[in-house]
Amino acid sequence: MSEHIVPVRIYVTIFLVLLSGTALTVVAAFYDFPWQLNTVVALTIATVKATFVVLYFMHVRYSSRLIWVIVASALFWMGIMFALTFSDYRTRPWDRDRTSGIVIIY
Amino acid sequence: MTTQATTPEVHGHRSLQHHFENMEQQREAGTLGMWVFLVTEIMFFGGMFLAYTLYRSTYPASFASASNHLDITLGAVNTGVLILSSFTMAMAVYFTQVGKRRPQILCLVVTLLLGLTFLGVKAVEYYDKYEDHLIPGRLIPGNPFNPAVQEEGQPKDPHKLHLLPGASVRQVEMFYWIYFAMTGMHALHMVIGAGLLTFLIIFSLRGRFDPEYHSPVEVIGLYWHFVDIVWIFLFPLLYLLGRHFEHG
Repeated sequence: MSEHIVPVRIYVTIFLVLLSGTALTVVAAFYDFPWQLNTVVALTIATVKATFVVLYFMHVRYSSRLIWVIVASALFWMGIMFALTFSDYRTRPWDRDRTSGIVIIY
Repeated sequence: MTTQATTPEVHGHRSLQHHFENMEQQREAGTLGMWVFLVTEIMFFGGMFLAYTLYRSTYPASFASASNHLDITLGAVNTGVLILSSFTMAMAVYFTQVGKRRPQILCLVVTLLLGLTFLGVKAVEYYDKYEDHLIPGRLIPGNPFNPAVQEEGQPKDPHKLHLLPGASVRQVEMFYWIYFAMTGMHALHMVIGAGLLTFLIIFSLRGRFDPEYHSPVEVIGLYWHFVDIVWIFLFPLLYLLGRHFEHG
C-alpha cells in the first residue's frame, strides 16, 4: 500500500538523459534537415525529455490509474484547443493576402 | 476534542487531517489535487503555445530572425541549470521519503539556489534586450521597441537585428511580445517556486516532514518539475527555431 520510492540510480539516469537531450537539440538546431524537419526534430526531443520528467521525476509511472487519466486529459484538451483553433485559422481563404499567400491575423 | 489523551494508534500521525482515513489516503488526495491544478497550468501555458504556433507559422522568416537574436549559450546554460534543479528536487523528495533530513534540506537549498541562478541569467538576457531596444511596444517608458537593423554588406554587429529575406521589424516585434509573455510568465512561476522552496526549507528545518508525512515536498516537487517541462519546450521553440538559416 505504501508509496513507491524511486531508486537514486534512476534519478541519475534520467538527469543524464535530459542533459544529453539538451545538448542534442542544440547541435540539431544548427543542422539543415531536409523538408524543414528542424521543428519536428526539436519538438520530438523536447517531448521525449518531458515524458521522462513526467514518468520518473514526477512519479507518474508508479502512480495510480487516476493520475494517468488526469495527465492524459490535459493532453486531450490541449489537442482539442489546437485542432479547433487551427481548423479555423487555416481555412480562411478570404483572409489570405493575395500577393504573399500569407494568412492575415486580425 | 480530546486528541491529546488518545493513543497514536487511534488517531495516527500528528499531521493526519481529521477528514482523511489514513496517511496513505491523505497523501494520494494531495497528489491528485496537485495534478488537477497542473492540468489547469498546462492549459494556461497551452494558450500561449497556441499563440506562438499560430504567429510563427504565419510569419516564419520574421520569427526565425527574431529568435536568432537571442543568446543561445545563455539559453542552453539555463536549460542545464533548470534540469539540474529538477534533479536535486527529485533527490529532495527521495531523501524525505527515506527519512534523511540533512541531505533533504541540502537538496532543497541547492534547488532554490539553482532556481535563483536561472532567474539571474534571465535578468541578464532581459537587460540585453532592453539595451537593444527589443522590449516590445512601449512597455518601458522612454525606450520603445526600436531595434537597429543590420544593413547588407556591413560588418556583423551582434546588437543589430539581422533580418532574413521576407522578415519585417513589425513582425519581429510580435515575436518579442510572445517571447516576453511566455518567458515572463515562466519566470513568475519560478519566483513563486522559489517562495515555495523557502517555505519547504523552513518547515524541514523545524522537522515537520518524515517518511510518513511529506506531501508538501512531493507536490511542490511536482510543481517545480512542471515549470521545468515548460522551459524544456520554450528553449527550442524560442531560441533554436531559426539557427539553421544562419550557419555558414
